[in-house]
Amino acid sequence: MLLLALDTSAAATVALLRDDVVVGRFGSADTRSHAEVLAPAVQQILADAGVSGRELDGIVAGVGPGPFTGLRAGLVTARTLAFVWDVPLLGVLSLDALAFDAAASSAVPPGTGFLVGTDARRGEVYWAAYRAPSDDDGAVLPALLDGPHVGTAAGLPKGQLLAGRAASLYPGELDGIPAFATSDPDAASLARVARQRLLAGEPLRDTAPLYLRESDARVPGPRKRATA
Amino acid sequence: MTRHAPLVLGIESSCDETGVGIVRGTQLLTNTVSSSMDEHVRFGGVIPEIASRAHLEAFVPTLRTALDDAGVTLEEIDAIAVTAGPGLSGALMVGVSAAKALAVATGKPLYAINHLVAHVGVGMLGGPFADGLPPALGALLVSGGHTEILRIGDITSDVELLGSTIDDAAGEAYDKTARILGLGYPGGPVIDRLAREGDPTAIRFPRGLSQPKYMGTAEQPGPHRYDWSFSGLKTAVARSVEQYEAAGLEVPVADIAASFQEAVVDIITSKAVLACREHGITDLLLGGGVAANRRLRELTGERCAAAGITLTVPAPSLCTDNGAMVAALGARIVMNGGRPSGVGFGTDPSLPVTRIVLAAAPDDGS
Ligand SMILES: [Zn+2]
Repeated sequence: MLLLALDTSAAATVALLRDDVVVGRFGSADTRSHAEVLAPAVQQILADAGVSGRELDGIVAGVGPGPFTGLRAGLVTARTLAFVWDVPLLGVLSLDALAFDAAASSAVPPGTGFLVGTDARRGEVYWAAYRAPSDDDGAVLPALLDGPHVGTAAGLPKGQLLAGRAASLYPGELDGIPAFATSDPDAASLARVARQRLLAGEPLRDTAPLYLRESDARVPGPRKRATA
Repeated sequence: MTRHAPLVLGIESSCDETGVGIVRGTQLLTNTVSSSMDEHVRFGGVIPEIASRAHLEAFVPTLRTALDDAGVTLEEIDAIAVTAGPGLSGALMVGVSAAKALAVATGKPLYAINHLVAHVGVGMLGGPFADGLPPALGALLVSGGHTEILRIGDITSDVELLGSTIDDAAGEAYDKTARILGLGYPGGPVIDRLAREGDPTAIRFPRGLSQPKYMGTAEQPGPHRYDWSFSGLKTAVARSVEQYEAAGLEVPVADIAASFQEAVVDIITSKAVLACREHGITDLLLGGGVAANRRLRELTGERCAAAGITLTVPAPSLCTDNGAMVAALGARIVMNGGRPSGVGFGTDPSLPVTRIVLAAAPDDGS
């Protein structure tokens, strides 16, 4: 199975996954140049791997939640590539990638609940609650229990470990897993999540963006009338 | 690639229209546009975030429709062109990301081009300039996003901004005035219609930047000889309405609409024609969404005729923002042997008209 994954919910990341092997990856810490770096990264990764887009079994897109402009750069790129190459378009919650990484590490015991949180700017975080898979339930992927949400770090459930950049931004409020305190969703992990779902015959999301916030637009009030 | 009459697909997303146009040389094959204008009505103006969200949802469907409508496949396309600026940052980002993905997926060369110069590019699509743009061409662009007068020596290499608005665009002034008068959005068509019933001389609204200290003389031009300002006009309309209300009188909406429109159109056309005369411009192209305005076309026509300038106004669908104009300029750049921009460039919300096509980044081998 050959999957190309893109996530722009935080950093811009691209990965090419052949079965369970990452054969190409790109990551940029700059959160404001997604429209510049994404297409060149896709081009380079496919060229280096000697893969043509039409050979892909799917394009995996991180659907957020994430800041608006960067998120859209990734989604319109994924949708356009899938249209031209005529390959399936697979949406994955971006926070699932972080949850996958955390659960695969020894930081989160099997079967326990934990949180994932990323930077939503404006003093808020995007977050969701998961339960790590355990041998008992036969699951491979963490289960999403609650979310995704956007809100202040102080409003998250207490007493649970958290994976993701939110931990380093709000260390007073959150109990971060040190190894993941500055982590953002990674396209390689996103691809692995998609692959596991495909192998398990589970449905994937469409690529509707999870903005979680309105557009900030306000309907102007009526003009004040001058009175005589 | 067919350099004689290249098949070029153009993408536009600088404001609230998602446009995909396809041309073969100077022949228009399709001009497919999806507008989010209806979503902005309740806000009384374009909301950038709403426009950007709409671009994401509209892009692939618009592309698909354009290809079907033109009866061409992506394999047949020779080149892709996209608006890189000027425009709304977040909106530009969607079209540029899409265009880059399209270029990577098809392997076709991508040209990142200037939106304002593309407005002039529609002049090359059949019509009066089918054999090429005239040598002493000017362009007056009036829309909700811009108000500019350009001199075009060569559309691929020599474009100069002679004047522009220093605050609101003319179309914005229409929208704000319509809001003051309770006429809804967009303001242009409704004010134009009401103005027919009103007296354009009823109220003398200010003509911005028309005083001698801004104008100077032809020999010693002032700082804003060919520039416009519309923010004071909006304030003057508001004050006028308040005066009627304070006096307990009915607001003469039609007279205010007519007087406002006359002030806008008078100052736009007088400065544009002045710029043309002083720069040897003998042909003027009127573009932008406000080019559909009846009074603007009428007075521009009169004043151009009096000054010996030939006026050309493209079809309304080609005056508003669209992908065909981007494709038209892209095709001309291809025909001239211009170099593609690669896929590493960035958007530029305030791209100057002197940058007609973006050069490839030095490390961009594509
Ligand atoms: Zn425009």
